[in-house]
Amino acid sequence: MEVIAFYIFALLAIVTSLLVVGQRNPMHSVMLLIASFGALAGLYVLLDAPFTAVTQIIIYAGAIMVLFLFVVMLLNLPREEPAPPAIAGRARPAGLKIAAVLSLLLAAELVWALSRIGLGWFAQDPAAASVSSVTRIGSRLFAQDGYAFAFEATSILILVAMIGAVVLARKEH
Amino acid sequence: MVPLNYYLILSGILFAIGTSGVFLRRNLITVMLSIEIMLNAVNLTFVAVGRYLGTVDGQIITFFVMTVAAAEAAVGLALVIALFRHRETLSPDAFTALKW
Repeated sequence: MEVIAFYIFALLAIVTSLLVVGQRNPMHSVMLLIASFGALAGLYVLLDAPFTAVTQIIIYAGAIMVLFLFVVMLLNLPREEPAPPAIAGRARPAGLKIAAVLSLLLAAELVWALSRIGLGWFAQDPAAASVSSVTRIGSRLFAQDGYAFAFEATSILILVAMIGAVVLARKEH
Repeated sequence: MVPLNYYLILSGILFAIGTSGVFLRRNLITVMLSIEIMLNAVNLTFVAVGRYLGTVDGQIITFFVMTVAAAEAAVGLALVIALFRHRETLSPDAFTALKW
């Protein structure tokens, strides 16, 4: 049962991600990426991490993708424009072939290396499965040797990103 | 039951798809979407290995990655809008000058 669910979510994630890269219309790419994030949220549930699955849906699919949709609609670009003639000649097709070969090589290397190590089975006892508990995440986050500093630094990062975005996207006078 | 390796292999495949998107697409927005795919592949690795080791640290790091992704998307998209105002195009090939 769990294996079937894994294969369904994995297939969904791979197919939608491939379609994101293959689409010429950025609007379709954004929509397909939301589907890919949904499949990943399902995988997080299979990994006993329901809290991460929910944040994946709320933050990624709900907030970041809406930001992308806003920009796609704001710029009103239905499709990728063809490359300018001066660049088209030298960037295609040799560069594209090398890029495709390099990405395929990366995938092949990763799969080859990961299938050579022994199978790692997840612990089945209830204590290990209780990593899902939100209480445990919270107490680990703010523990003495935890991530309190990183947490506070993140708030400054978000403030900087907010100010930066407003300054960069502002109309020049 | 699915072993850890399957999750790692899936994550590797998704990362390679994201890399190919960065290389192949000629649209800044699609390039940023490909970067999001790569970030998600890494998140999957963090959560899977965290579950394997029986700690919540993987999930906590995933939250930090999500936060940084949100900040990156906000600043990156603001840059995309600013670039589009100047050149009326989103092709990365059009932006080769440091100054104009």
